[in-house]
Amino acid sequence: MFDIDKWQEIFATIKKNKMRTFLTGFSVAWGIFMLMILLGSGNGLSNGVASNFMNDAVNAMWIWTGKTTIAYEGMKTGRNIQFHNQDQELVQKVAGVGVTSGRYFMSNTRYSFGKESGDYSTVTCHPQLLEVENLQIKSGRFINQIDIQQNRKVVVIGNDIKEALFKDMEAVGEYVNVNRIPFKVVGVCSEPGSTKSRNAYMPLSTAQMVFNGSNRLHSLALTMNANTLEESKAVEEQIRNALSRQHKFDPKDESAIGINNKLENYIQTMKIFQAITIFIWIIGIGTLIAGIVGVSNIMLIVVKERTKEIGIRKALGASPSSVIGLVLLESIMITTVAGYIGLVLGTGLMEIINYIMVQSASPSAGSEQGDTLFLNPTVDFSIAVSATLLLIVAGAIAGYIPAKRAASIKPIVALRDE
Amino acid sequence: MIKLNNIHKSYVMGHNSLHVLKGIDLNIEQGDFVSIMGSSGSGKSTLLNILGMLDNYDEGTYHLSGSLIQNMSEKKAAQLRNEMVGFVFQSFNLISFKNAMENVALPLYYKGVPRKKRNLIAMEYLEKMGLTEWANHMPNEMSGGQKQRVAIARALISQPKIILADEPTGALDTTTSYEVMEILKQVNNSGITVIIVTHEHDIASMTRQIIRLKDGRIDEIISNGELKKFQKSYRKELETA
Repeated sequence: MFDIDKWQEIFATIKKNKMRTFLTGFSVAWGIFMLMILLGSGNGLSNGVASNFMNDAVNAMWIWTGKTTIAYEGMKTGRNIQFHNQDQELVQKVAGVGVTSGRYFMSNTRYSFGKESGDYSTVTCHPQLLEVENLQIKSGRFINQIDIQQNRKVVVIGNDIKEALFKDMEAVGEYVNVNRIPFKVVGVCSEPGSTKSRNAYMPLSTAQMVFNGSNRLHSLALTMNANTLEESKAVEEQIRNALSRQHKFDPKDESAIGINNKLENYIQTMKIFQAITIFIWIIGIGTLIAGIVGVSNIMLIVVKERTKEIGIRKALGASPSSVIGLVLLESIMITTVAGYIGLVLGTGLMEIINYIMVQSASPSAGSEQGDTLFLNPTVDFSIAVSATLLLIVAGAIAGYIPAKRAASIKPIVALRDE
Repeated sequence: MIKLNNIHKSYVMGHNSLHVLKGIDLNIEQGDFVSIMGSSGSGKSTLLNILGMLDNYDEGTYHLSGSLIQNMSEKKAAQLRNEMVGFVFQSFNLISFKNAMENVALPLYYKGVPRKKRNLIAMEYLEKMGLTEWANHMPNEMSGGQKQRVAIARALISQPKIILADEPTGALDTTTSYEVMEILKQVNNSGITVIIVTHEHDIASMTRQIIRLKDGRIDEIISNGELKKFQKSYRKELETA
């Protein structure tokens, strides 16, 4: 298969028919080029949306309270459900639950430092919220377990709060007044994928004590140890059942508590992108088939032109399989080389677009990237490899019919003098 | 060596069947130098193609050095051709994008001889033909006689038992024709059976046996001693013409 003679012959025919080979190769290169651009754009779209999901842990879940709408065990509808600290402990015990955090919301709390002040929302939580919401610590630390146990008056402020109150000063270690009560700043954080970081985070226990919260919770945030939609649904079901027993409401009552299952959204969105990817492959392969038919066509003409030569070879002792090999190799060679050029150009273009996007995005959005729908529109290596394999297969298919035709040439027909 | 027994061959063209060979019985011994003559359509090329295993026959038997040639797979036929037969054609049939040496070496490629070795052997055969300086020339840079000598070298390189030549001098002028015939004579002297198809009497008269075909049958076989007589009658034909 890899002997020099065959290659020499292939190069000789290609050299003799440069224009024809170029046009053939071009159709294949174009097909692959389009496929790469489509796949790259699809990837970019998918990456962009996925990165927006990464604002929070993919397997996060939020639970909040509402009013009952179904009468249950003799209790009428319209009853308010209220979470308490023990609900967090209850949910933590449910199988499949990773980390949990209770949350007690205080909107419009006044933060002041020196002459600067502003109203921001305060999220009171357990240390585990860091993991659920994928918060990024820019300096200092997040709330820890000792803060909770000792009811320490500490606060982690969002980057925007820090900019507003402290300007260029170091914030960690300073005291801010929160509704006139001094809290020590222990950390500055930012929310990934969002342009705003206007929340402050405070230990749940401290907030409940200082701001008259008793043991009430507004919502629960948690992560699940689930990978599939079914698993996450099962965890959701168990949590709902546990909470319905605790608070005595109908487990079917969707209004009593609300659940936002991030994984469900994530998986569904990713399924849409899988469908888009399949669609792109179908279009791409369709384009490619047009190219392959072109190659097949040209190879048929080549075989026709070389009828006499093939006849001579057969008279000299060429077996049908060696003739098939000759035509097949030429076809594979044209498709592979041309396809590879298309591959390199296509991925190259997407890399350039990516480079320009990264360049133009970084100065404007500062350190964080804003909400984008398009991110890293490149094709990864495994796809490039499978595209290459696809090309070789395509070349073989394109060459098969012409090769068969060549093999069936009868030497006497070929050698007949016109 | 070659034993034909009642060979029939017809070509089917649409609804018509053209009966080309109508029962050929023929014996050709090892080392013979035979020419097949006949008017066009008499079936001489068909007979040569059957002898060279390029075509199959419908009826009868064909034994080549003892073994029956019948219903072979293409692969087997290709292999036998490669081992047993060397072809020389009227239009030379050299491969245009290969130089003289590569053309000569081609049969050895199909025999699986490594590149260096077969090129070396090809040079030997080109030397025998007096074409050493032309080894790296392309066919379109050579004269008809040179091309035919390259073709003969190519036919000889696989050391065949038989050389089949279809109008080997058909595209050449008289002088070069005689040169080519001289080479074929030498080939025959080395013990190889040479069979040529020709319609030129002077070429045919240089062989040692003439088989005349007429309408798909052997009309007459003129051999050895009678050749002189044939030459005389041929001359008479020329004079009357």
